[in-house]
Amino acid sequence: MSDLISNDMTEDGSNELVDRGAFDLDWNRVGRMGALAALAMWFVSLSGMPVDLDSRAIIDPDLSLGYLALVVIPVIFGWLVGNEVVLEGMAATKRGPRDVVAGAAVGLLSGLATAILLVLINNFDIRDPLVNWSPDLLSLLTFGRSNAFGIFVWLLLSAVLGVAGASLRLLAPRIRRAIIVVLVSVLSMSIFQAVIDDLFGAIDPLIDLLYAKTGGLTRQGAIVIAVVSGGLSLTGRGRIKAARDDYAAKTGPERTRQTAIMLAITTVLLIVLPFFTGKIINELLANVGIFLLLALGLNIVVGLAGILDLGYVAFFAVGGYTTAVLTAARPGESWPDWLPHTPWIVALLITIVIAAMVGLFIGAPVIRMRGDYLAIVTLGFGEIIRILFLSDWLNGFFGGAQGIINIPAAEFGFIGEVSGVSPRSVFYLVLVFAAIAIYASWRLERSRLGRAWMAIREDESVAEAMGINTVNAKLMAFVVGAVLASFAGAIFSAKVGSIFPSSFLILISIIILVVVIVGGMGNILGVIVGAVVLIGILGGPRQPGLLTEFSEYKLLIYGALLIWMMLQRPEGLVPNVRRSRELHQEEFLQDAWLKGEVDHDDGTPGDGVDPDGGTEVAPA
Amino acid sequence: MSERILDINKLSVTFGGLHALRDLDFHVDEGEIVGVIGPNGAGKTTFFNMISGMVAPTSGEILFEGKSLLGLDPNQVTARGIARTFQNVRLFANMTIAENVMVAQHCRTKQGVWGSLFNTRAFRQEEREIREHAEKVLGFFGTRLIGYRLEQPASVLSYANRRRLEIARAMATKSRLLLLDEPVAGMNPMESAELTGLIGKLRSEWGFTIVMIEHDMNVVRDVSDRVVCLDHGETLAQGSFEEVSSNPDVIEAYLGRPLEKKTT
Repeated sequence: MSDLISNDMTEDGSNELVDRGAFDLDWNRVGRMGALAALAMWFVSLSGMPVDLDSRAIIDPDLSLGYLALVVIPVIFGWLVGNEVVLEGMAATKRGPRDVVAGAAVGLLSGLATAILLVLINNFDIRDPLVNWSPDLLSLLTFGRSNAFGIFVWLLLSAVLGVAGASLRLLAPRIRRAIIVVLVSVLSMSIFQAVIDDLFGAIDPLIDLLYAKTGGLTRQGAIVIAVVSGGLSLTGRGRIKAARDDYAAKTGPERTRQTAIMLAITTVLLIVLPFFTGKIINELLANVGIFLLLALGLNIVVGLAGILDLGYVAFFAVGGYTTAVLTAARPGESWPDWLPHTPWIVALLITIVIAAMVGLFIGAPVIRMRGDYLAIVTLGFGEIIRILFLSDWLNGFFGGAQGIINIPAAEFGFIGEVSGVSPRSVFYLVLVFAAIAIYASWRLERSRLGRAWMAIREDESVAEAMGINTVNAKLMAFVVGAVLASFAGAIFSAKVGSIFPSSFLILISIIILVVVIVGGMGNILGVIVGAVVLIGILGGPRQPGLLTEFSEYKLLIYGALLIWMMLQRPEGLVPNVRRSRELHQEEFLQDAWLKGEVDHDDGTPGDGVDPDGGTEVAPA
Repeated sequence: MSERILDINKLSVTFGGLHALRDLDFHVDEGEIVGVIGPNGAGKTTFFNMISGMVAPTSGEILFEGKSLLGLDPNQVTARGIARTFQNVRLFANMTIAENVMVAQHCRTKQGVWGSLFNTRAFRQEEREIREHAEKVLGFFGTRLIGYRLEQPASVLSYANRRRLEIARAMATKSRLLLLDEPVAGMNPMESAELTGLIGKLRSEWGFTIVMIEHDMNVVRDVSDRVVCLDHGETLAQGSFEEVSSNPDVIEAYLGRPLEKKTT
C-alpha cells in the first residue's frame, strides 16, 4: 500500500521537467517553512525536552537525545520545503541546486531562531511563566562555552542540517533508502541498548565495542552499525519485498505451511526471549503485553465493529477489581462472610462472567447511539465506573482511594505462580492471553459476525435493512471487548498486588486508542506493532519504556505522533487492507483502473475503462 | 397464486405538516409483479421505507402474510421475508462482492461467537452454505459478477453492475417479497432490457414476489402484472399498464393539465 501514499511522482519520470535557476525560489514558501522551523525550535527548547533528555546519550560524547530533539528540526523542515505537489501531466521542476538553497535558507532561519533565543535567555529572565527558560538550557545551547560560539555553531549547524534534509531529495531512491536505514538502525540500536545488553551480555567484546559504559553507542560502534546496516540495505535491496510478495502470492496449503512456520518461530522466540533478558526488560515486556491485550480488545470494538469506545478502561477496572475482591484476603469490611476467597484461576472465570455482564449493562443503553454521541457517552461511563470504585458509598467494598491491597499472586499449582516479583512469569501469562485474544480476533473477523460488523461499519442503516440485528451485533463486539479487557485487569491485579482507582484513569483509554490507531486499526499485526513501539519504547501511562527519560514528554510525543499519523498515514503503521481502501478510495480505484479491473460502461468486467462507474464512490 | 402476501390499509405518514402518504390502500398477491409509478415526490420511496420499517407510519396497517409489520425494526422486517434495494445504490463499497452477498444472509444463519471461536463443524457447514448460496445468487447475473471478481471490492463495479449487485444482495436474504427501488435507473436501453428479463426470471425461477418502483415505462410495461400510480401520497390509479397509462388523471399528474381543458 505504500505506493498509495507516495506523493513524490517525479521519480517515475512521467512528467516534463523544467530547469529553474538556483535562486528562482518561492521565497514565500521558504519563509513560511523557516518560520515554522523557528517556532518548532523555540517550542522544543522551551518544553524542557533538550535539557531533560540530554542525560541520554545516543552516540556517547557526540550526540544526546536532547540535542537530537533539536537537530532533527532543520533536517525535517529542509526536507519538507522541497515537497512539491506534482500532478500527472503537469510540468515539474527539476531537482537541483535550488533545493539545496531552499534547505539552507530554512535551516539558517531555524538556526537564527535558536541564536535569538540564546541571546534572549542570556539577557532576560522570564523563568516565572516559562519554567524552562533556564541557565541549563543556555549552557546546553552554547555547548557549555561562550555565547558567540553557540550562536556561530547553531547558525552553521542548522544551515548544514537544512541542506542535508533538502539533499535527501536529490539522491537516488536507493541511496536515500540506505541513508534512512542507517539513521534508523543507529538510533534503534542505541534505544535498544538495554535489551541488547541483556541478550548479548555474555559476549563482552561486542558490547564493549558498541556501547559506552555510561550509556549510548560508542563512536566506533555507531560506525560499525552504520556500515553494516548501510551495506545490508544496498545489497539486500528488494529482497525483503520480494520475499513478502512471494508470500502474499502463495495460496492454499503452501501458504498455510509458511504461516505456521513463521508462527512457530515467533512463539519459540517469545518463549525463549525472557530467559535471556533481565528483570527490567521482562517487566517492560509484561507491560507491553498487558497493553497489547487491552489494545487487541479495543481493536475488536473500534477496528472491527466501528464503535468508538472512549471508556474502554472501565472494563479493565472491572476485571482488576473483581479479581482483587475474589482473591485478596481482606478486600473490604462490607463484604459478607460467605464471599468466597478463591484462587486466581477461579476468580478469572467469575471475572469473565462479571465483565460480560457489565459490558451488556453498559452497552445496552449506549449502543443505540451512533458516532460522536456514542463516543461521549462511553467516555462518561468510563469515568462513572472509576468514580464508583473511588466513592465513599462503596468504600466498604472497594476501599475508596486506598484501593485493595495485598492481592496474592496467581497460583498455577505445580507450574508456579505469577506475581510482580517475577516479571518473567507475568510475561508468560500475558503471552497466553494475548495469544487467545489474537486467535479470537482472527477467527471473529472471518465469521458471520465479523462480516456483520464490517457492514455496520460501512453503513449502519443499510446493514439493518439487510437483516442484521445491529444492536445485537454491536453489543456482541462490546462484550467480547469487555472480556478481553477483563483478562488484562485480572493479570494486572495479580502482577501489581494492589489496585487503586487511580490505576484506571481515562488516560489509559486514550493511550490504548492511540496504540490501536497508530498501529493500524483493524489489523492484528498493526496493533502488536503499535503496542511495542508506543508502550515498549515510549512507555505506558505510568510504565516506563525503553526511553525512560521520555516519561514527562510521553503525552506530548503521543499527541504529535497522532497528529502526524492522521495527516500522513491515517490507516496506521501496518494498515488493514480495507481501511486503507476506505481512506484512499480514489488512489485504490486509480490503481484498479490501471490494472484494468474496473468495469466497462456496458458492465463487461475486466479489461477497460469506465469513467462513470470507476471513479465515483457510491453515495452514503 | 392469488394468496395475498402484502396488504396495506389506510396507511398514512406525515413529516411535520407534510402528508407523504395519505390513506393508502395497496396489496400484492403471491407471485405478482407490481409496478409503482408516479412523478417525483409522489411518496414512492417513503412507501418502501415504511414497508421495510425504516419509517414508522402515522396511522394505518401493514400486513405481511397476514401478520402486522408495524413496530418492527428493519432487520425484523427482513427476517420476516421482505428485502429491498435502494434508489441511490447503497452497497458496502469496501467489502468484496462475495461478502456483500454473504452478509445479507445474516438473518437466515445463526452461528455466533462460540461457533467461530471453536470452528465447530456446524460453523464450517454454515459458512460453506453461505458461500454456496452467495455464488448461486451472483451466478444469476451471468458472468458479470462471478469469477475472479468475487474477491474484489464492490467499489470497482460499474454503475449498472452495482445495481445488479444490490439486487443480488436483496435476493440473498432469502425473502419472499423483493422491493426494487428503480432497478434500471442509470442503465442504457440494452442493459435495462436485459434486467427486465431477469426480473421476470426472479419470479419464474426463484419464486419471488416483486414490487418495483420504476420510471422507465418500457420496463414497467414489459414486466408488471399490475401498475399502481401514486401522486401526492395517494393512489391515483391502478390496474394493467394500459389502463393506468391511459388514465387521464395519471397523464395529468405526469404532464400537467391539457391546454383545451383550461379553456372550458
